[in-house]
Amino acid sequence: MTKTFAELKFPGRLVAVEGLDGSGKSTQIYLLKRWLEVQGIKVFFSEWNSSELVKAATSKGKKRELLTPTTFCLIHATDFADRYERQLVPLLRAGYIVLCDRYIFTAYARDVVRGCRPEWVRGIYDFAALPDLTFFFKADLEISLQRILDGRPQLKYFEAGMDLRLSEDSYESFRIFQGRILEQYLAMAPEFNFITLDANQAIEAQQSVVREILGSRLKLSDFAANHAILRPQPSLKPLAAAH
Amino acid sequence: MTTNSRPAARKPSPSRIVVPLRTARRFYGHGMPNVNLNRLAGRLIVVEGADGSGRSTQIARIVAWLEGNGHATAQVGLKRSTLVSEELELAKKGNILSRATLSLFYATDFADQLENSILPALKAGFVVLADRYIYTLMARDLVRGMDMHWLQNLYGIALVPDAVFYLKVSPETLVQRNFAKDFALDYWESGMDLGLSRDMFDSFIRYQAMIAGQFHRLQTTYGFHIIDGDRPPDEISHELQKKTEAVLAAR
Repeated sequence: MTKTFAELKFPGRLVAVEGLDGSGKSTQIYLLKRWLEVQGIKVFFSEWNSSELVKAATSKGKKRELLTPTTFCLIHATDFADRYERQLVPLLRAGYIVLCDRYIFTAYARDVVRGCRPEWVRGIYDFAALPDLTFFFKADLEISLQRILDGRPQLKYFEAGMDLRLSEDSYESFRIFQGRILEQYLAMAPEFNFITLDANQAIEAQQSVVREILGSRLKLSDFAANHAILRPQPSLKPLAAAH
Repeated sequence: MTTNSRPAARKPSPSRIVVPLRTARRFYGHGMPNVNLNRLAGRLIVVEGADGSGRSTQIARIVAWLEGNGHATAQVGLKRSTLVSEELELAKKGNILSRATLSLFYATDFADQLENSILPALKAGFVVLADRYIYTLMARDLVRGMDMHWLQNLYGIALVPDAVFYLKVSPETLVQRNFAKDFALDYWESGMDLGLSRDMFDSFIRYQAMIAGQFHRLQTTYGFHIIDGDRPPDEISHELQKKTEAVLAAR
């Protein structure tokens, strides 16, 4: 789909954060959520790969290293679809600001690096509308790597891209893998109007930019919990009839 | 592998075993990474049809006949993957999945079996009998309103089979066969999730007719062999055997 939720006349708005592991995006979206909550705004936070239903299968697949690029893509798409259909869309219909820690662009980047055809991956996620705002936290590769490697010396198999056989050494594999994902993000940034933020800056400096942009792009009072809902019916056709 | 089937209609002739030639392989669409199509020998034969259409009976007979004729066989079916079959079963019991989710869950199961069962068996030169393939999955999703282009892209990972036999049986006959087998209709095979009718019998008839309609639509794109499944099993076996022979002889 090439439309945002605003373009589809949803009363709610979807804000996504994207970036490499260790870019600090999760911290930023958490702080954004806290800020909105304090103001009494209807806000919901959703994380990549968190659907209760699909989680068991995904973690089994990861633990036993059963996933191939194709099934890795499909199982994450299943997880996304479950959250999208059961949570995101209903909440957006109800006028929520939905904050997503990773959205379809994560799949676009990772699955393509794993060797899936870009057209195939994009076609699969075609049922999903685009975010109204996408913040891309762009950190230097070395800084992101350092943040991850400092905190968690034990890298997981798929996280390090070990399935790609880039290197026998998990740290080296992780570096190459993350570098390739960064390339994908950079290529997508203009196409999907990413708002690129300098993730090398201090947490507070980044957060004030994020809040300022959100405040200027959205009329936050429209999303207040006590705001009367008198809005037109959104024009999203059923998922299936998106074409 | 299967030994519980009735004797095949024709006597096997082990002295003259046909060695199938390697045929050109392709995917329906974008395919999947890390697959070398040139290394796939063997044959892929799909049997499609509703529950009660005689699929399992006919597959067992084809297998017996193939093995009698010196061909190694492997059998695959839907919802049998190590990766997601358990979770899929659980989710279906609760009937809590939305349609894109259910669709993708099934696609994951399919992809897992394609990569871990079908492709290795073909590489080893087996004749693979698939008890249903992407067409059932697509027909079910189409009935539930999913978009055809979306499904075609999704299942562009599927390998084009050497033959697809679609056992076409009228909904009325299907009902009778299902009752004769377990005196009950299956919730999903009756399309109860669609709310067509609160009467399960009525829902089953309507749902199966809708599925048949979608198979008809898919037939124009995917070119199935439509097998009249309302005939006696022996007649059907005979036809399938002849068609399978042709598949083995194809170049």
